[in-house]
This record gives sequence, structure tokens and C-alpha cells, in this order.
Amino acid sequence: MNRRAGSVMRLATPVKAWTQRFALLFLAGVAVALMLLDKADSVVVERARSAVADAVAPILDAASRPVATFNEMVEQGGQLVSVAAENAELREQNERLRHWETVARRLEAENEALRSTLKLVPDPTLHYVTARVIADQGGAFVRSVLLSAGAREGVERGQAALTGDGLAGRVAEVGNGTSRVLLLTDMNSRIPILVGDAQDRAMLVGDNTAEPHLQYLEPRVEVKPGDRVMTSGHGGVFPPGLPVGRVTSVDEEGIRVRPFVDWGHMQYLRLVDFELPGILRSFDGSESPGNGR
Amino acid sequence: MKQGVWHRLDIIARSLSPLAITLLLIMVGMVPLQIPKIAPVIPSVALIAVYYWAVHRPNLMTVWAIFLIGLFQDLLSGGHLGVGIMALLMVHVVIDTQRRIFARSSFQALWVLFAIVAAAALYLMWLLNCLLQGVFLEVQPVLFQYLTTVAAYPCLAWLFAQAQKAFLK
Repeated sequence: MNRRAGSVMRLATPVKAWTQRFALLFLAGVAVALMLLDKADSVVVERARSAVADAVAPILDAASRPVATFNEMVEQGGQLVSVAAENAELREQNERLRHWETVARRLEAENEALRSTLKLVPDPTLHYVTARVIADQGGAFVRSVLLSAGAREGVERGQAALTGDGLAGRVAEVGNGTSRVLLLTDMNSRIPILVGDAQDRAMLVGDNTAEPHLQYLEPRVEVKPGDRVMTSGHGGVFPPGLPVGRVTSVDEEGIRVRPFVDWGHMQYLRLVDFELPGILRSFDGSESPGNGR
Repeated sequence: MKQGVWHRLDIIARSLSPLAITLLLIMVGMVPLQIPKIAPVIPSVALIAVYYWAVHRPNLMTVWAIFLIGLFQDLLSGGHLGVGIMALLMVHVVIDTQRRIFARSSFQALWVLFAIVAAAALYLMWLLNCLLQGVFLEVQPVLFQYLTTVAAYPCLAWLFAQAQKAFLK
């Protein structure tokens, strides 16, 4: 009996080692296959990502709440200290903003009047979905966040994600109750924008650094640090005119833009449901043909 | 007989604890901390966990478990699928082939060895990401993540050691 067990063991050890080696090779092969599958933008991979995100969303959601609350408390404590100085500053700012309000109102009225004389097709109405950020640490190779809203709440691929400061990114994947937002800074992010007062067209390209750069700018266009960058609306995915950031440096290496978004305090994101002004919609009404003839 | 079933279930549950702890920590590591600029340099929990368990309890951190951890992390983090898996499998291969060195090392020596293994793993991830993306990626964020990962090793190793004492005796 003992002898037999011994011989089985002697046989089993190399067999075990062999199967382990085989398993390793097999799994490495699967990993390579997954890389190729992912590279080919497979729907299967996207579904798998959404499924995993949906599955762990309750855990992430529960875990992110106390952290957010704690941070808010710390922030409030800090604000109490500087409340007097801040108050003075806000008063001053308020004065300035009042001035701007009158300017804005005047411009709005003027705009309205000009629009009515031009018979401009009105911009589409925007619907917002607000969602909490439940995961944000992807490591060194990816800049994306996970949100606690998905197809169930009306989130769709390609929607723009905003904070109060400006554009943060666009929705890249949608699960049932979660969605992933690819941030402006991710190396896969490409956003059509307008730069400067002249509103020159360009593409804002992320490269995993804090400051994405501009591409496809026409050669003779002059851009200087401090120029504002906003979405152009080309491609019809984003509403035009969303604030994006400010040009920080212009040199041989390229034009860098610092986004307005405060990445450190991104607790909620607003997703914009932007419906293109339906060309069909404006012509199937009774007034358009009537006006034409 | 009944006790035997429970006993067996208990053993299975205990032997799954390294995998469960690792998956849980990966999730915890993704919770938004609202600290500026921390997201890109957050330590790679999976790397530390796989290294620790592959050194201390290789029978509980099998290639299948490592594959599962890599897949989970790649899917959840939104990075290129398969890259994390490859890096973790590489860690396994290094430890498995150099077992004699790792088995005899003290804690400090294991930390130094981890610094070397982590450098190789993150370099592999950087290389694969560059290949898949078709461009040269900035090295700086990877370097920072490497430093935070090496710095976080003692802390997480202590945590795993406590878990090992509690669940695996």
C-alpha cells in the first residue's frame, strides 16, 4: 500500500508540474487573445466591462459614500477658518458679477432680437442626468471614472460629462446601472473644439498627462497662452460652447490646454443628453412649408 | 460525515481567502478619495497581493487565481484588457522559477526583491500599452505609480500577514 502510494506520488509530481506549466502557457495565450479582442473594439469586451462594473457597483457605491462625507467634513472645517476673508472676497466678486449680469441680460435681449430677424433654427433643449462618481483610480495607463448611472437612467454612449467648471469627458461605456466616462486627459480622448476669440477649429487630444494638447490646427492660426477653449459641436455629439479649458503653453512641442475641471473634487458629473436639432422635425411641421411657399 | 463536509467547506473558504482579499482590495483601491492627482499614482494593489501570496502561499495563489485577478482589474479599471494579466503572470513566473531565493529571504530582502519585480512588471505593462496604443507613452506617471507601489508594500504585506495568521494559521 505504502509502496503504491509512493509510486503514484512519483508519477503525480511531474504530471502536476506539467499541467501547471500548460495552464500558464494557456492563460498567457488567453491574455494575448484578449488584448487583440480588445484592440478590435469588440462588443463582447464592452459588455464584459459593463457587467463587471454593474456587479461591483453596489460595493463601490457604499464604499465611496463615507469617503465623500469625510472629505466634505474636512472641507467644511477648513472653510470655517477662512470664512471672513472669503466673505470679503465674495462681496467684491458679487459687485463685479452684478455688472456682468446687466451686460449678459442686454446681450441676451439683443441676441433674441437678432435671432428672430434671422429665423435661426433654435438650439435643441438639453436634458441632464446627474450621477455620482463611484470609482476613479485606474492606475497610470488610463484616465476614466465610473458613474452610478447607466442605461436605466437614460445614459447613452457619447454623451458629454460636465462638472460645474466645464467639460470632464465623454461617456465611453454604458452598463445597466453604471457608465464609464473617458476623461479629457485619457490617451484615447479626441474632442472637437474651438480655440481663442477667433474660434479656430482644432482637436483636443489626451495623452495621459494633466494637460491635453491641440491637433489639426490650421498652420497660420495664432494661439496664445490664456486663450479659452470650448467644444465646437462638430460631429454632433457634444453641444457647442461647453467650456473646456485654457491654453497654458505654446511651443514647438505643441499647444497644451489645462482643463477647467477640478479633478480632485469631482464627486458628481452631469451627463448632457443632446439631441441634434432634428432637420426632419423642423420641416415636418405645418409652418415650415407654409412659410416656404 | 456531516462534520466532514463542513470541515471541507471551511478549508475551501480559507484557501480562497487570499483571492477574496485581493479582489476586495482592488475595489477599495478604486474608491474616489477626492485627493487631487492621486488617481494616476495609486499603488497597484494587485501587484503587491500577487507577489506576497505567490511568495508565502504559492499553493493558494495559482495561475488561475492570478488570471482572474488580472482580468477583474483590467475590466474594472478600463485599461487595455490582458495587459494587467500578462504582468501578473510574469510575477508568478519569476517567483516560481526563483523560488529558492524568495523562500529564504528576510522581510527587507523581500521588499528589495519586490522593487525589482514590480519594476519589471510595470515596465512590461508600459511596453504592452505602448504597443497596443501605437505611440510612446509618458514614462512619468508609470514611474510615480511604481514609487507609490513600492512604498505601499510593507503596509499591505503587514495586512496580508495578519490575514494569513487569522485565516490560514
